[in-house]
This record gives sequence, structure tokens and C-alpha cells, in this order.
Amino acid sequence: MAIRVQSQPFDPGLELNALHAANLGIGAVVSFVGYVRDFNEGREVGGMFLEHFPGMTEKSLGKIAEEAARRWPLLNIEIIHRIGRLEPGEPIVFVGTSSAHRQGAFDACNFIMDYLKTRAPFWKKEDTAAGPRWVEGRCSDQAAAERWKP
Amino acid sequence: MIRVQYFARYREALGLDGEQVSGEFGNLEQLRQHLLSRGGVWQVLAEQNLMCARNQELCSLDEPLQAGDEVAFFPTVTGG
Repeated sequence: MAIRVQSQPFDPGLELNALHAANLGIGAVVSFVGYVRDFNEGREVGGMFLEHFPGMTEKSLGKIAEEAARRWPLLNIEIIHRIGRLEPGEPIVFVGTSSAHRQGAFDACNFIMDYLKTRAPFWKKEDTAAGPRWVEGRCSDQAAAERWKP
Repeated sequence: MIRVQYFARYREALGLDGEQVSGEFGNLEQLRQHLLSRGGVWQVLAEQNLMCARNQELCSLDEPLQAGDEVAFFPTVTGG
């Protein structure tokens, strides 16, 4: 299990291949990559700054990964999240899960993203032509996380 | 003493990233009411979707507080 919170860019392809190469018992790797868009809520976005809560961020991602490992038969989990300044087109987040068979990896990856979006202390501030603005939380993200309640 | 931290939009609205608050507070809601009583910009903490953490764990406003705890108030998270 690996959790990385970093300001440096990462290559999702390399991360994906590394997940599989680690263990030949792996039959399935599922990944999610989130990117910075150049448009949001009716305005062009020229980039963004990702603020976080150092210490709590790593702890909360670790807890989410541990819960996924308890709920599905996974062989590995990797979560990478960028912080600081990001440009449109750059990957923000990578979640990779591996398992012997696909279903656990699919569900766990989905679960991790839903929980990360509603529980991990990150905040996006976008640059727009009208000045910087904080991104507001979405009800649809809350609803997505609710469906995983035990 | 309780160490309180503010993040993102709240940090900007308050012009403060953290402080030590003295006083007796049974839970996070009592601490929040104390901060709201400062008036003005502090009304940002009255927001319905405010989130909070005690000792770096998400919690609700009825979470009990002890001296030496570290508390954080922040708007809805928007990572991912």
C-alpha cells in the first residue's frame, strides 16, 4: 500500500505498470486518474492551487485505503495526490487497485475515489479570468459516498 | 488551551491560519459558538456545510473536547 501526497508531477502510465509488475499473482489492475480541466462552472480555468492539511491528509488517505483493503480482497493499493500549483491537463490524482479478479479492484477503486472526494482535506482554488475562486463541494459527491455505507 | 486551525476559504476570510484558544469547551460546537461570538468575519463559521476535525480525524460538532486537543474548521473538501 502506498500513499503519496506530492507537489511533483507523476506519470499515470508508469504508476499503472508498476502496480502490475509488483506481483505476478495479480490478475486485474483498475485505475482512476483525475485531471485539471480548462473549464468549470461556466468559466475558463487557467490553472489551480491545491491546498491541503499536512498530516491529516496522509492519515485520512491511509484510513480510506485500509478500509478498502478490509472490504475487498486486494493485492495492492496506490494513491497519489498532487498539491500546490497545477496547470490544465495535468493529472491531479491517481488511484490504482490490484486483485486476483476484477470485481474487487473495480469496486475498491470507485470506493476510494468517492471517500477521497468527501473526506480527504484538499481544497481547490481555480484561476479564472474573473479572478481566483474556491471550488465548492458538490452534493452529487456526497451522495456517491453515501452508497458505500456499511 | 485548544489549538485551532482554519483552512482554505475560512483561512482567507479570517486572515488567520491558526491560534491557541483558551477556555473550557465541552465539545466542538461550544468552541464554535465562542468563535462566532467574536462577530464580523467569524460568521463564516456559521455555514451549514462546515466540516471539522479533532486531532486530525473528521468528526461532528458534538465531538467532546479535552485540553490540549487540536481542532480544525474548514469548508467542504474538494480534492480528487
